[in-house]
Amino acid sequence: MKGTHDPIAADRRTGGAVRPVARDVSTGTPRSGAAVQLDGASLAIAGRQIWTDLSLTIARGEFLVVIGPNGAGKTSLLRVLLGLVPLVRGRALVHGEAPRRGNPAIGYIPQQRAFDPELPLRGRDLVGMGLDGHRWGISLRPGAQRTRVDGILDLVGARGYADAPIGRLSGGEQQRLRIAQALIGDPSLLLCDEPLLSLDLHSQAVVVELIARWSRERNATVIFVTHDVNPVLRAAHRILLLTGTRWGVDRPDRMLTTETLSSLYGLPVDVVRYRDRVAVLGIDVGGHDPVSHAEPGS
Amino acid sequence: MTSLWGYPFVHHAIEVGVITAVVAGAAGYFVTARNMGFAVHGLAEMGFTGAAGAVLAGIAPEVGLLAACLLAALAIGLLGVRLRERDVAIGTVLAFGLGLGVLFLVLYTRYATEAFSILFGAILAVDAQDVVRSAIVGALVLAALLLVYRPLRFASIDPEVAEARGIPVRLMSVVFLVILALAVAEAVQVVGVLLIVTLLITPAGAARRLTAHPGRAILYSMLIAAGVTVGGIAGAVYTSWPVSFFVATLSLLAYLAARLAARPART
Repeated sequence: MKGTHDPIAADRRTGGAVRPVARDVSTGTPRSGAAVQLDGASLAIAGRQIWTDLSLTIARGEFLVVIGPNGAGKTSLLRVLLGLVPLVRGRALVHGEAPRRGNPAIGYIPQQRAFDPELPLRGRDLVGMGLDGHRWGISLRPGAQRTRVDGILDLVGARGYADAPIGRLSGGEQQRLRIAQALIGDPSLLLCDEPLLSLDLHSQAVVVELIARWSRERNATVIFVTHDVNPVLRAAHRILLLTGTRWGVDRPDRMLTTETLSSLYGLPVDVVRYRDRVAVLGIDVGGHDPVSHAEPGS
Repeated sequence: MTSLWGYPFVHHAIEVGVITAVVAGAAGYFVTARNMGFAVHGLAEMGFTGAAGAVLAGIAPEVGLLAACLLAALAIGLLGVRLRERDVAIGTVLAFGLGLGVLFLVLYTRYATEAFSILFGAILAVDAQDVVRSAIVGALVLAALLLVYRPLRFASIDPEVAEARGIPVRLMSVVFLVILALAVAEAVQVVGVLLIVTLLITPAGAARRLTAHPGRAILYSMLIAAGVTVGGIAGAVYTSWPVSFFVATLSLLAYLAARLAARPART
């Protein structure tokens, strides 16, 4: 395999290889412009191997979609980049530096969680926490904070319900606020953990478009963990598939093929395309199916 | 009967009561946001053990109460690092504490009156020294809450993102338990161990029905707590029935009223 200067194609390695080589073809010379770089990165949690020898360079402005079964370490990958989990081997770099907790260049959209409907917290408070929730004391300049919160609320179209209790908003409304909360710090790297979970199709499209637009306009990098690739197919530059023992990364059209997925999963898988949608048959790609082929545990 | 208002013990009771209520009302916002009602009860009952032990050892019960609450907070904080372990940790610490308390009661036979006032409160017995101590502990609690307000709120309501933003979420929960221990030790003076939730949960529960604005919810919680405390003292002064009874009753009424007046559902 030969590296190219096209960052999007650089990590292509999925052909028929059962297991990728432990070195990223694009890392022969470190690229200072990379948003995220993983070199032979291995992760184990509580003694269990999550992924091994993961080497990957994510360019600035790239939209990377991460798929894989439950327990394959999709969320853990985000936690490594957030500096919350150390690697057991190899190296991870975020903007050329080791991951560190509280990196202000990172915006994080967590898996959706239900808020108590009586919780005394408005949508705008949730967004405001993304701006200064980590600071000591109380806000001494509430006016300035309000202006910034209003600005980002307008950007995501959530101004209309920003004063309602957070626990009484719909999933789609809460998710727009989550995006605003992640974007208010003006991040250059956005880590999204299943942001489409339990959203209707319209809300899914809105969420993807908001994130993709931010990425385009700010040249911000996006790592988007999802179990359903279809809603993000148009936005995705590359897809990273983690299956526990193997991994592969490539452009969506090359990644989502019967041959590539079968070799990565080590099981016969059929990829069926219908218009611009893709269905993967024979295996649980995402990991929210009750009859999961994935390993137990999270 | 009105002449009772002229007595210093009534003034002291109201001073201690208002300070305590303001502290409990403010802490209550976080207690309800973090679903820590059981922890409040656990801390209070450990406080009872501490007070009983102090009496047995010939020390002021307030000292034992405060020390036991703080120790219990640290024990719960360190044992129950994960949310789902927390109830088990609290339950275990609480039962152990009550077991010790029973032992102390048996060992110290003249204990009945003291035990009663710790279990049900003795606000009408406070003196000028108690006012000073309450003011100091209360100021400490409020200052600590003010200092950690934003990260504590973040960690309480949105722990995943708070952690991603670099907030030490586990440390925050131990810090809050210590703050809570001080608030509980204060509130025990007014309503006693067994009625602690009437000041630490109910006013905040009523307030959250009235507003979704966090700052206002805390303010309303403090006002409701102060109102029911002063009302309770007044009721006791006029009738000679126990203060705790009135505080608990008014607290319930405030909660019911808030539910009826509940903030309108969003449109």
